[in-house]
Amino acid sequence: MALLEAEGVVQLYGALRALDGVAFSVAEGQFHGLVGPNGSGKSTLMKCIAGAEIPTGGAIRFAGTDITALPPERRARLGISLKFQITSVMPNLTVYDNVLLALQAGDRLRDLVRSLTRGGYDARIRETLARFRLIERSDDLAGILSHGQQQWLEIAMALVRQPKLLLLDEPTAGMSPEERWATAEILEPVRGHCAMVIVEHDLDFIREICDRLTVLNQGVVVDSGTVAEIQNSEKVREVYLSRV
Amino acid sequence: MTLNPRGWPVILVLEVAVLAALLAMPAGLDHFWVIFVTRVMILALLAISFDLCWGYAGIMSFGQALFFGGAGYAVAVAARDLEITSVFIALPMAVAVGFVLSLFVGWFLLMTRFPPPIIFVALGTLTGSYIGQRLALSWYYLGGQNGIPSIPSLTVGDYPLYEGPVFYYMVLGLLLGVYLLCRWLVRSQFGLVLAGVRQQESRLTFLGYRVQTYKTMMFALAGSIAGLGGGLLAFHDGFIWPNSIGILVSTQAVIFVLFGGIGTLIGAVIGVGAIEYVGFELADRYPQIWPIILGALLLVVVMFRPTGLIGLLVPERERYGRFGKPPKGEDGDDGAA
Ligand SMILES: Nc1ncnc2c1ncn2[C@@H]1O[C@H](COP(=O)(O)OP(=O)(O)OP(=O)(O)O)[C@@H](O)[C@H]1O
Ligand SMILES: [Mg+2]
Repeated sequence: MALLEAEGVVQLYGALRALDGVAFSVAEGQFHGLVGPNGSGKSTLMKCIAGAEIPTGGAIRFAGTDITALPPERRARLGISLKFQITSVMPNLTVYDNVLLALQAGDRLRDLVRSLTRGGYDARIRETLARFRLIERSDDLAGILSHGQQQWLEIAMALVRQPKLLLLDEPTAGMSPEERWATAEILEPVRGHCAMVIVEHDLDFIREICDRLTVLNQGVVVDSGTVAEIQNSEKVREVYLSRV
Repeated sequence: MTLNPRGWPVILVLEVAVLAALLAMPAGLDHFWVIFVTRVMILALLAISFDLCWGYAGIMSFGQALFFGGAGYAVAVAARDLEITSVFIALPMAVAVGFVLSLFVGWFLLMTRFPPPIIFVALGTLTGSYIGQRLALSWYYLGGQNGIPSIPSLTVGDYPLYEGPVFYYMVLGLLLGVYLLCRWLVRSQFGLVLAGVRQQESRLTFLGYRVQTYKTMMFALAGSIAGLGGGLLAFHDGFIWPNSIGILVSTQAVIFVLFGGIGTLIGAVIGVGAIEYVGFELADRYPQIWPIILGALLLVVVMFRPTGLIGLLVPERERYGRFGKPPKGEDGDDGAA
């Protein structure tokens, strides 16, 4: 059974059908690329999965639970984690505290109030920061990091609690080519533990890292399959690749 | 651009200085000023309550007086009609009234599916305070326009607590207790959550935090503290009137904190002291136009220092401070409240 399953997802913004009956599924541990032209509904689909939007119609199941209408924090507690298209680290907190904030999200209120857990997390936070090449910046405010580093910090925050599914909306936008490949390297070790949905305009990056691809156009799934299948797909060539 | 190039723990220094000054004051002041400073300390509870909302939990409350005055009216009525004047009953009752009222209001305004816009919360709380004031004005049982005069004194056993040094030290003790409790809370790992709420509220829900619940709890805590202040003021002044529950006092709470320093606890306390003292001196010298002068002064501070007086001394970084217990081996400088 798939980890994530979306069926007939419809999202209306007024008269606009941002998603029009999307079926989408991600297997456990799979890196799944979501591609499509601007405005095709990729971010909207991510938001419906994360709980930022409740879809107008359809159903979304995660690990056997119907999450279609669950509030975001419940989804997070089930193991869905994300980085939205717009980076949103806490600019006035240190890099270290940003990761701590992400890591302690599952703690009980009374442990937080009594500050019981921070000491025990220290090693894990440092290890995560080292992996994301941020350890030297750990005492700096997140707001002064470079754009690429803020993206990494967000991915670090999203991964530190070992989610089952990570949603990444344009993780390499605005990055230099070197930073892009560094990002691919950073993500590689989680393959197999954590499934991922990646929205990305850089097709080289997508080809490099993803196991499967789904192509959206105007709110409709054009095709879905392995990278090789999609590259040879007539349907995709017609509606999508011809436009790029 | 702060006046603190050496990185002293300014907040801690200020906290100790204010505490020392408050402890020593009754020895050197005459009766009038003892009463004056007692009121300042009571109003500091109101200011802290607003600071917890806006400075820490990101809740723009324009209605803290509802909990302050609501509790004041409740204890006043209980003292007048039921002869409940014991400190040990009246003050917990004030806290409870503040708690229940704020929990009720917070439930409506904050426990929404998506984070409510700031203006919605501001108008909602403002409306609450306004309704409280209209109710107090029109309800004969609450004394209407004149409020409730000559409230009996608070008592400890058979001893009445009149305004003066004993009342002063009781209020100081309560203020210190509340202050330390809040300081501990906002410097804890939970304080880190609040810092996150202020910066990226919706992001926190995607990390798995029940943001709305936490905000409602903070709102109820703030309401309880305002309630304690309102109860104390009613007994201290011996009367309560519709202004105490209304928009005037609600606005005052906002201004105290903006002036003193939003997002620091000591800033709230200093703000009350500064405004009350400057207001008093101005009123003495310029009996007609003093509110205009005070208003201009407030505007200057708030425009040039959005972080208030405290912002002159404390860098942004220290204002946020650190959270929780640093693991061993890390330098343990405590940050501040
Ligand atoms: N909150 C909203 N209100 C109204 N329309 C919206 C809203 N969000 C998205 N849309 C519209 O829905 C459509 C799909 O948007 P979406 O952001 O999902 O596209 P996308 O595939 O992520 O595009 P991009 O590659 O540019 O990020 C677009 O036409 C967009 O204008
Ligand atoms: Mg998008």
